[in-house]
Amino acid sequence: MSKSRNLLIASALVTTLATPALAEQLGLGRPALPEEIAAWDVAVLPDGQGLPEGSGDVLTGEEVFAEKCAACHGEFAEGLDSWPVLAGGEGTLTDRRPVKTVGSYWPHLSTVFDYVHRSMPFGSAQTISADETYAITAFLLYSNGMVEDDFVLSKDNFTEITMPNADGFYPDDRAEVEYPLFRVVACMENCTEGAATVTKKASDLKVTPTDPDGKPAGTLPVILAAAGGETVVPASADVEAPASEGPDPALVAAGEKVFKKCSACHKVGDGAKNAVGPTLNNMLGHPAGKAEGFKYSKPLQDMAAGGLIWDEAALHSFLESPKGFIKGTKMAFAGLKKEEDRAAVIAYLATFSQ
Amino acid sequence: MTDEPKTTSPTRRAFLHGTAAAGAGILAASAAQAEGPDPLITEVQEWAASFGDPVDAAPYGTPIRFESHVVRRNVEWLTESPVSSINFTPIHALEGTITPQGCAFERHHSGAIELSKSDYRLMINGLVDTPLVFTFEDLLRFPRHVTTAFCECAANGGMEWGGAQLEGCQFTQGMIHNMEYTGVMLRDILAEAGVQPEGKWIFVEGADASSNGRSIPLEKAMDDVMIALFANGEALRKEHGYPVRLVVPGWEGNMWVKWLRRIGVYDQAVDGREETSKYTDLMPDGRARKYTWVMDAKSVITSPSPQVPIRHGKGPLVLSGLAWSGNGRITGVDISIDGGRNWQPARISGDAKPKALTRFHLDIDWTGEELFLQSRATDETGYVQPTKNALREIRGLNTVYHNNGIQTWWVKADGEVENVEIA
Repeated sequence: MSKSRNLLIASALVTTLATPALAEQLGLGRPALPEEIAAWDVAVLPDGQGLPEGSGDVLTGEEVFAEKCAACHGEFAEGLDSWPVLAGGEGTLTDRRPVKTVGSYWPHLSTVFDYVHRSMPFGSAQTISADETYAITAFLLYSNGMVEDDFVLSKDNFTEITMPNADGFYPDDRAEVEYPLFRVVACMENCTEGAATVTKKASDLKVTPTDPDGKPAGTLPVILAAAGGETVVPASADVEAPASEGPDPALVAAGEKVFKKCSACHKVGDGAKNAVGPTLNNMLGHPAGKAEGFKYSKPLQDMAAGGLIWDEAALHSFLESPKGFIKGTKMAFAGLKKEEDRAAVIAYLATFSQ
Repeated sequence: MTDEPKTTSPTRRAFLHGTAAAGAGILAASAAQAEGPDPLITEVQEWAASFGDPVDAAPYGTPIRFESHVVRRNVEWLTESPVSSINFTPIHALEGTITPQGCAFERHHSGAIELSKSDYRLMINGLVDTPLVFTFEDLLRFPRHVTTAFCECAANGGMEWGGAQLEGCQFTQGMIHNMEYTGVMLRDILAEAGVQPEGKWIFVEGADASSNGRSIPLEKAMDDVMIALFANGEALRKEHGYPVRLVVPGWEGNMWVKWLRRIGVYDQAVDGREETSKYTDLMPDGRARKYTWVMDAKSVITSPSPQVPIRHGKGPLVLSGLAWSGNGRITGVDISIDGGRNWQPARISGDAKPKALTRFHLDIDWTGEELFLQSRATDETGYVQPTKNALREIRGLNTVYHNNGIQTWWVKADGEVENVEIA
């Protein structure tokens, strides 16, 4: 380590800044400790660099997957709603609707390990152990028909696996394939034949968000209104709540914001259906496990049978630590650590309960 | 209140009406055509007689309420979860080139986190002489640089690949923002740790739960990549990576890692999920381009556009738009009003900085006939923005990213504007 504090010398030399090799060190920062590097550098590279010690088998992986991943990805890695499909899709990459999965598309097995270990489960990252990650990875190989159900994946045999689409990628070749076609003198006159005719209209699809008047959302307001000055388009949050003895509107509004974290899996309001998680209409103050048609986890069913009522106190405890309150819950969410967030979201949910 | 506002009713004087119409020479709907004196002028208005807000009414101000429509917008059906999602900059309602942070599009992979400067740490490790940890204060002591750069999501316009789909450039080209960043050069941080000769790639990661990570070749890292501490003169906003984000000029937005917490130096690309499963470009033969980092030259007319219909009738009309290139400076923008048959050069307004949004304008006399408006950017490498069909001929229909094709707006006789494709 050569931490020279020679700022003055550096400026005296007037080194060309474009040659970083000559850049002087300033002596800033401090050495990273091995424990710190181990905690933060969890990257796993295609050649196996970075793989931790450990192993896991397909059947264990199936169990862990069912518990921690299936809520979004499905029991068979088939993907629920629009969550990613992880298995299948072989031979579809030239189809009009290609199915890009771990088996059909991903070039490296290391990417599966790296991503599951560092980023999953969604909302509860970095809670999967190395052995569990090996097991989930083994299960995904099995789901994609690449190994048998007695397969055990470990650090030692990891790099022996070659993914089916390993050769399916090549570095960007736009500079060779596209740029020569487009680095041309642009045509200025009579560049096309005849008059233009419309072949496709976005308005036919009707998928653009709209304002209350039916125009595309965000259409600029009329500057010169007929009489009485400008028309002010109120922001959606400005809608005034009717005064009543109901809950604090500010708290409910705060809860609506917090609930965005929950809305990935839970729907509320008119017409809300069960999704990855059950609908939360009529939850507050009611017995647990009552969303019609939703398949609750066994532990929740047991607690519901034991008389669990989702009152404010119970919901506070559950939201603070879902897995602490219901060991084995399917809800992968890590919880709301801030008390004010929990209070707000409970107030918001109360507006959907009778 | 001693001075009562004067409420004299405007007298109707026909000669004024006549003079105004003759003087304007056009029959566009306009305030100048008042049928009598304009009470906004002849009557003392409340704001001209009494006090406005005192100083400090808003210690940190937000836009006046009349601009409440100028906000980021989401297209809810695009994603399953709003914490792993994207929204769109209201580029149709902005002018100039700098995007205010408060309405600049957001892309999060597990939500915008709250990370304080005091809790902030940046680690650099891997193939370096000395793995180091920096605090925010350490970063403030490195030589500081300023650069302006556009940040465009690789998927900007991706929904339009199969055909015209969304109504408004906020939705079709709005996954972009342009800010003036102040920070330290990544090369200075790398030099501090001492990159070893085997180190060819860096991998940058965020501190959020997704720990979104991307590999960047060392040449780029040593060139113009910045560790940004400020944007548009102030601290980064939470949603833009407070307190520290990476700025990778000209390259796709996914690489601009927010809440930057680690830089690993390796002998190879990590090939993480965001650079294999995602952000790769599936080609017609079933193989895929990877490492498609550069955002090619592109432009769009922001006004008029579907969210900015023409309401003033025929006559003088300002066409305004944005152009940019990840390969350098914009050298010219052409505009067609007939769907690409004939073109005329637009004016570049203000500076054309490399790898930054560039504003163009063209002032025309609208006859009131329908138009097929297009813009076409050219950058300093001589690259001319292609049509969507030219790109489809090469890339097929299954790619999602890097749609830099020419946009067509159909301006109808009533001034309404639609997103269309034409032949």
